[in-house]
Amino acid sequence: MVKHRNLGKIKGFSLQFLPFSEIRSLSSSERIKKILDIILGNNILILQGRLEAEEETRLIEDTMAMIRHVKNFRGIELAVISGNNGNILQKARQNIANAISGGDLGAITIIGPATVVKEIKKNPRKIELLLNK
Amino acid sequence: MVIKIFKNFFKKIFSSLFEGRRNIKMGFYGPPNSGKTSLANRICKDFTGEEMGSVSKVPHETRNVQFKEKVEINYKGKAMTFKLVDTPGIATKIDYEDFLKFKMKKKEAKNRAKEATQGVIESIKWLDDMDVVVVVLDASENPYNQVNITIIGNLVARKIPVLIVANKVDLRKSNVKKIEAAFPEYDVVGISARYGKNMEEFYESIFKLAKRV
Repeated sequence: MVKHRNLGKIKGFSLQFLPFSEIRSLSSSERIKKILDIILGNNILILQGRLEAEEETRLIEDTMAMIRHVKNFRGIELAVISGNNGNILQKARQNIANAISGGDLGAITIIGPATVVKEIKKNPRKIELLLNK
Repeated sequence: MVIKIFKNFFKKIFSSLFEGRRNIKMGFYGPPNSGKTSLANRICKDFTGEEMGSVSKVPHETRNVQFKEKVEINYKGKAMTFKLVDTPGIATKIDYEDFLKFKMKKKEAKNRAKEATQGVIESIKWLDDMDVVVVVLDASENPYNQVNITIIGNLVARKIPVLIVANKVDLRKSNVKKIEAAFPEYDVVGISARYGKNMEEFYESIFKLAKRV
C-alpha cells in the first residue's frame, strides 16, 4: 500500500503558467521584470522554455538587489528541466528548432519565491518542489 | 555586443603581446560553502606560503571578491603566473534567518545577508574579466543545482575555459561520478582542498586549462 504524506493547508500562493509567446518579443530587461513581478505576487511561475544563460544571471542579480529593497523577500528558487540531452545529431537538430522558434520550447523553467518554495530537488529526469509550511 | 567582441579581441591581442602567458586571471566560482576559498588558500599556501582568505562553516563567509597577484604555480618543471580571484558564492536566495542557526545575533545576521547579496552581484560582474574559471562544487551535494548550470552556461557563452572541481572528496557522501555525469562535456577533477588530496592532478588540469587562453 502506498503511504501518503499528510497534506497540510497550503495557502497564500498560486501557480501561474506563462507560455513562451508571452515573453518572446520582450527584451531581456522586460523579461526579467515580468518574471519578478509574478514572483513578488507570491506566485510560482511555470515558464514554457528557458531564459538565455546571461538572462539567468541577470535574474539572479536583480533578485539580490530586490532582497535588499523588498521587505520579507528572501530570493527565489529556480530550476530548468530541458529535453536537450541527446547525442550530437539530436542536439544539432534541437538547436535548429530553437533558432526557428526563438527559444528552447522543449524546456520548462520553474521559479518560485523562496518564502513559498523551500527547495527544488532536481535530477535529469524529474523536478521535485518542496514547499515551506 | 559588437563593441564588446572588439574590446575582448584587442584585449586578448595586447595581453598576449605584453604579458604572454603571465598573470592569467583565474577565477574561483561556485555556490556558497563549496570550498572556493579553501582551494584558493591551498594554492597560495603551496606556492607563496600565505593564505588568501578566511573560511567558515557559516555560508557566505566570502562576501567580497579577493585577489592574490602573481602566484607562480610550478608543476613538473614548468611555471605559470596567475592572478587568483576568489569570489563570493552565487546563490538565488539569501535568508538572514539561516545565519541565526549558527548562533549569530539578528543584527549581525541581517548585515551578513545584506553583504552577501552584494557579493553575489559582484561575483557576476567579475565574470567578464576572467581568463579561466575553476568552478568549485561540493562533491557531496546534488550537482544539478540550477546555480551550477547557470554559472557554467555563462562561461560557455563568454567563451571562458572552465575546469570543474569536485571538492570535499574526503567526505563519505561525496560522489565525483555524479558530477562527471552531470557535466559530461567538461573536465572534472576530484580533490579535497582542506586536506590537499589529489592536488597534483588539479595543477596538471590548470596548466592544460591555461593553455586554452
